[in-house]
Amino acid sequence: MATMKFMCDAERCIECNGCVTACKNANEVEWGIQRRRVVTLNDGEPSEVSISVACMHCDDAPCIAVCPTETLFQRDDGIVLHDKDLCIGCGYCLYACPFGAPQFPKENAFGERGKMDKCTFCAGGPAETAEEEYQKYGANRIAEGKLPLCAEMCSTKALLAGDAQEVADIFRQRVVQRGHEDGGWSGNPRADADSLAYDATQQG
Amino acid sequence: MRTTTPWWALWRLPLLMLALVVSLGFAQFALAQADPEREAATAVPAVDADIWRQIESGETGPNYRSSRFGSDYNLINTVGETWRQLRERWVSPFGVIAVVGMIVLIALFYLLVGRKKLDEPRTGRKLLRWPLMVRSLHWTVATLFILLALTGLNLAYGKAVFRPVFGDGFWAAMMSGTKLIHNYLGPLFGILLVIMLLRLLADNIPRKHDLAWFAKGGGLVGKGVHPDAGFANGGEKLWYWLLATAGIAVIVSGLVMDFPNFGQARDTMIWANIIHAVGAFGLTAVALGHIYIGTLGTEGSFEGMASGYVDETWAKEHHNLWYEEVKDQAVSEEQLEANRTSSQGDEPAPRSG
Repeated sequence: MATMKFMCDAERCIECNGCVTACKNANEVEWGIQRRRVVTLNDGEPSEVSISVACMHCDDAPCIAVCPTETLFQRDDGIVLHDKDLCIGCGYCLYACPFGAPQFPKENAFGERGKMDKCTFCAGGPAETAEEEYQKYGANRIAEGKLPLCAEMCSTKALLAGDAQEVADIFRQRVVQRGHEDGGWSGNPRADADSLAYDATQQG
Repeated sequence: MRTTTPWWALWRLPLLMLALVVSLGFAQFALAQADPEREAATAVPAVDADIWRQIESGETGPNYRSSRFGSDYNLINTVGETWRQLRERWVSPFGVIAVVGMIVLIALFYLLVGRKKLDEPRTGRKLLRWPLMVRSLHWTVATLFILLALTGLNLAYGKAVFRPVFGDGFWAAMMSGTKLIHNYLGPLFGILLVIMLLRLLADNIPRKHDLAWFAKGGGLVGKGVHPDAGFANGGEKLWYWLLATAGIAVIVSGLVMDFPNFGQARDTMIWANIIHAVGAFGLTAVALGHIYIGTLGTEGSFEGMASGYVDETWAKEHHNLWYEEVKDQAVSEEQLEANRTSSQGDEPAPRSG
């Protein structure tokens, strides 16, 4: 069985937020919730780098470990889903998540959390009918044989989604093309000079 | 210009090989030395080790942007994993050990030592120990404490116990109710506990004779062992000050998590959760001891908190210093009954301590 993963190629991400918009649209995500975000480090500096983040569907997911109601669970293909009927809005998944993925609608007084919402890898969630599933969790594109819309719509193909092996193969090939000598995250200055985020003003 | 090598020059070949082998060892070192300054000046550092260090430190900095509205979450929440490990490896096991261990200890103590009975027969004359106000506060706080402890334990361990037993439908409703009770009654408990602590403060100032009380183990074991005690004995004062410290810490950390609308950071709530859990498990364990001593453990104690009055003998044995102060205020049971019927629940007798 395939293991589904996201991978964002930070050297390609141009911070267009197309993935954020695509996700919001595909899943009709509720007001105030944004399942995907784009983080930019060193904005405006030569070393600026952006990366798109949502639920990373961890193998040993901290959210599943700490949830007191077993709202969160992992499918056989590695996708981490949540059952909104069980969620009590305690926020533990948010405490534990490395990526800030779980979010809560602030429906009641004093910021009391509603039912948690997070990226489903466009795989819906547990529900009786397809309508209920769409209303609670958004699209189930995986069931239709499609990949998450954020990755499908990524203009620079920075965001990759799919079987971990294939994603890794694509990325590995990119690394080879770019000529990084020590791998994708190398600190090799010569490789960085060839990076897409290259800064003409700095050329000596 | 081209030269030919004479055959006798071949003796140099092994030397050349040796030099090659030795220099290979330094090759990497030599590469790293290749004009790094010039490369650093011309190259744009992309995602390098420094960036990863920056991400791992959780630092956001002035040029950090997250496109999510109203969110200042850093890229990787490093504290989250620390919290998970602390919770799963230390806090959760500690809670089980503390609560279950205390139940086992109490059961063993009861079986081995048994109930602390009054040494002398009752005189039948009563002293007012807990006025109506204190009793109301005590039982309200006690009820809330038990509800909060049960719901808290359910939040911590319920998934291992009740989901397989009841099935999803009931489990979902049970957990929603649990969280509502815990989150809504928590602040009420906090307010009432503070009022009760203030009301009982004067009785719980530590005194020198409390040390002697602890040295004698509170007279818990052995017939006729009754160390000096005022209105509150050393054990009661310890429980008081545990509630005044750990109890307040549990309340404050609970409020930090209960009202996430004041902009407190995720990290703050994470540490609040650890303090809350450790403090609450500890207090629950000690509360079990308090409940045991107040009911099964000591003859004559429970009636004090139930009716407000204690027997003279009980007062003399357990709170001798207090008894000396108030012994002239003792009333007979008949008198008490008459007072009750004439003025419903009105208790004029003064209390000192």
